[in-house]
Amino acid sequence: MTEYHLRTPLSEADVDRLVAGDVVFLSGLLFTARDKAHALMRRAGSPISLEGAALYHCGPLILDDRVLSAGPTTSGRMARYTDEILRLGVRAIIGKGGLPGEPFRDKAVYLAYPGGCGAAAAQQLDVKGVHLPELGMAESIWEFEAKEFGPMIVAVDAHGKDLYQEVRRSAQQRELG
Amino acid sequence: MREKVVEATLRALQRAETSLPDWVLKRIEEAAARESHPLARHHLQFMLENVRIAGERGLPLCQDTGLLFFHVQLGRELILDFSLNEAIAEGVRIATKKIPLRPNAVHPQTRKNSGDNTGLCMPDIILDYVDGQDLLLTAFPKGAGSENMSVVGMLNPADDPFDFIVKSVGERAANACPPLFLGIGLGGSFDLAARLAKRALLNMPGASQEELQLLQRINSLGIGPMGLGGDTTALCIKIEKAFCHTASLPVAINFQCWAYRSATEVIQ
Repeated sequence: MTEYHLRTPLSEADVDRLVAGDVVFLSGLLFTARDKAHALMRRAGSPISLEGAALYHCGPLILDDRVLSAGPTTSGRMARYTDEILRLGVRAIIGKGGLPGEPFRDKAVYLAYPGGCGAAAAQQLDVKGVHLPELGMAESIWEFEAKEFGPMIVAVDAHGKDLYQEVRRSAQQRELG
Repeated sequence: MREKVVEATLRALQRAETSLPDWVLKRIEEAAARESHPLARHHLQFMLENVRIAGERGLPLCQDTGLLFFHVQLGRELILDFSLNEAIAEGVRIATKKIPLRPNAVHPQTRKNSGDNTGLCMPDIILDYVDGQDLLLTAFPKGAGSENMSVVGMLNPADDPFDFIVKSVGERAANACPPLFLGIGLGGSFDLAARLAKRALLNMPGASQEELQLLQRINSLGIGPMGLGGDTTALCIKIEKAFCHTASLPVAINFQCWAYRSATEVIQ
């Protein structure tokens, strides 16, 4: 388990050296996107360049361009979009609960931010802008400047290792055994 | 009296969104002290740190400020000459602006957001009559991550309901922000089991032998905080039961994430 402090945009080399179980703190730009933004990007394409980006599954609580609370939302709801999101150049998807690992192979990583920790996350994020504001507070694409955003766990790496799947398999074995 | 209900709604929500009940904090602290996996221990400590930051700064501890549920225990001697639902809804609208809360309530088909956390049947109010002339109002904000993992099983009476519960929790826990609080509704009907499960969450903590054994069995799965492995998968289980049809065995599991948010105001 190694600790990394990385900055966006992320390169292929940044992602390649990360191994499931490593801890990451991220600085630089982050983009939020959840259900409605994903559906809209499928229909109309992305309104922003996501080359090397970290995409954060998050519907923040914002007041007057100040981040009040901004922990991760459940990534599973966006699983149907993973392939096309990664094709846009996204190098890290941040969320909670995990995503199927196969689309990440040789491309990107999945980073798990501790769920429910919105107040702590807000201390590490500033609003830089907002895209698709017509989708409303929770569903817009917020552009955040992150300062040492973390701790995040590399839960799915680019080499086929998936921590959630390992834990689920071991739970099944324990219950059967 | 109506004004008191509106104000109590705001106060209860303010407290529920920015802090955790003492018994809940204690469970997380005890779990952090016991936890043998370093990563799981760090997660639990970070959760406690998050609660501290939220309390100090008056911030909602989770950005998902939830769909809003209220448990009202109404003294039988009280006569209300106003709509309780409307008074609580007004408190919710004020709280949404003042605390503030994220607007979460949308129409199920158009997905249009009301902007103030109210709408058809929302907030949802569970009403009980009790002795006396007080009104107890409990705010119970419920995030979608854990609510989405909840499930009702219409089992065969020959099935073991606890096997169903353990299997369901094993498959679903990671998405529900564990360590979990699990409200179980056992028996009744399709809808009664679900409401019993929600009531079980409101009536926590539970400490029967049956509840503690189920808790131990679920924690032995090793799913851990946030589903990344560890000894602490659930912190509390409460089971509420009702008689069911001789041909039925309904079982409902209402998942609650580690951020068990609840606060009660008493109106005298």
